[in-house]
Amino acid sequence: MEKSSRRGFMGKAFGAVAGVGAVGSLVAMKQSWDPLPSVKSAGFTEIDLSSVEENKLVVEKWRGKPIFVLKKTAEMVAEQGADELARDIIIGGSHFMISIGLCTHLGCIPAYREAKKDFQCACHGGEFNASGIETKSPPPSPLVIPPFKVAGNTVLLGEEGPEYKKMKEAGVVA
Amino acid sequence: MAHFEKATSVKDWLNQRLAIEKVEKVMASEYWIPKNINFLWAMGMVLAITFALLLVSGIFLLMYYQPNVETAFDSVNYTIMQEVGFGWLWRHVHAVAASVVFLIIYIHMLTGIYYGSYKKGREMIWISGMLLFVTFSAEAFSGYMLPWGQMSYWAGMVITNLFSAGSLELNGIVEWLRGDYVPGQAFLNRFFMLHVLLLPLAIIGLIGIHFAALRIPHVNNQDGEEIDFEAESKKYLAGDKAGSKVIRFANDFMSKDMFVLSVFLMFFFYLTFFQYGFAMDPVNFDPADGLKTPAHIYPEWYFLWSYEILRPFSKDLGLIAFGIAQVIFFLLPFMDRSPNVAPANRRGPFKIWFWIMVVDLIVLTAMGKLPPAGIFNTIGLIAALVFFALWISLPFITKSEKKL
Repeated sequence: MEKSSRRGFMGKAFGAVAGVGAVGSLVAMKQSWDPLPSVKSAGFTEIDLSSVEENKLVVEKWRGKPIFVLKKTAEMVAEQGADELARDIIIGGSHFMISIGLCTHLGCIPAYREAKKDFQCACHGGEFNASGIETKSPPPSPLVIPPFKVAGNTVLLGEEGPEYKKMKEAGVVA
Repeated sequence: MAHFEKATSVKDWLNQRLAIEKVEKVMASEYWIPKNINFLWAMGMVLAITFALLLVSGIFLLMYYQPNVETAFDSVNYTIMQEVGFGWLWRHVHAVAASVVFLIIYIHMLTGIYYGSYKKGREMIWISGMLLFVTFSAEAFSGYMLPWGQMSYWAGMVITNLFSAGSLELNGIVEWLRGDYVPGQAFLNRFFMLHVLLLPLAIIGLIGIHFAALRIPHVNNQDGEEIDFEAESKKYLAGDKAGSKVIRFANDFMSKDMFVLSVFLMFFFYLTFFQYGFAMDPVNFDPADGLKTPAHIYPEWYFLWSYEILRPFSKDLGLIAFGIAQVIFFLLPFMDRSPNVAPANRRGPFKIWFWIMVVDLIVLTAMGKLPPAGIFNTIGLIAALVFFALWISLPFITKSEKKL
């Protein structure tokens, strides 16, 4: 009896030591899989909008992801509703749609169809209008607008400027 | 210390220390296999050998492959394919075997389903087999990343995005898995590790468990007959080989296994030498480009059925359906409520269930390959709904099955 309780104690003692070690190593393993600081800090891109043509999609790159820049024509601006206007970035009177060019379904790059003025994703057939709002499922939400800061004719991606914060307050971006 | 005597031969010397004769008996000459089986019972051996082919060809590829986003593509498509002597052979063997192994796995699974080899004590064989299927899937996917072509990159993008769990938007998990905002160096390196070390280790361990799970319930037979292996093996050892219902694993059953294997290998090397193209997606011969999605993204043929279950639904529903499809086969032994272990053709409604399932899986596979538009969308949706209807109906139709 005395022996078996001693064994029981030793078993529990080992269990405690092993438990602490297991939790500690899981923390280390989890963090070893985290994105490296160098990956995280290389996250800013500046885009010059002065040479962008109307209804021609420009694709830039930010954090490895494609960024869509679309300058809307006067006709497109006149036709659009309030939900679309809320997503426009207005610089010098011109309306721009800027968003991460990855379908919100599973991350393929939708193609811009100039004639139809919309985006279609080849993977699962999702569609978005020129403001990046989904018009055909499976995508569950509009194209994501990246954090941006307007400075003259350029936008800096990766930093939250006043216009971005305003969109955030209006609930246009998460 | 145990007692040892001066050995009379090398065999005796080993025998005293390792009991090799006993081991041979337990593993082979007195491991009993029913006589009442057909060529479909050889698929396990075919799979073991295909795994060996993957391992050997993989070892040679590993000597020249470079897990670096700048050099991976060229190390495969230039160094291995053009410079290394017979490098093309290892690559084509590896690619063809990776594809064919799933064909044999599906045949092996459907054989098990048809003959009811997953119940009445054989549940762990089925479950360990399903774990092998899942691990092989992960192994195939991680290997597909390594050439770092367009399909590698975009399949990596799409599949890791699944882990954001739809509207839950768990982008942190996706970035954690990738080690970056998009698939990049960290992603390639960790999938390389998974592909060449962690997953193969898991597969080898699971194969051990899968074999061990067979020992107590033994292999099923063509009639699902419950055989008294103890009595039948005694009969065999007493000399009544004709009257006994069982034979030795080696060399008796092995000779049949090996014959089927040689037919398989002829088919396999025909594919490797003359038809390897089916296992090499042309899109993956363009280097990875994060700013250009290929016009049509689809997985390899063996993932198409579950991919098609994901596709026709809205995002969240699709993910749930996909998740269920991945694990539902695990539950087969518990959803089949019938007491009968018998081939499907003697089990009434289950026979119809089985063949609808086979046809449905083929339809899903075909639709998964076609563009998601028009009539194909509709057929895909119907096939996906049929898949779930089959699983929901399974407990009911098997419950009402007559006892044979």
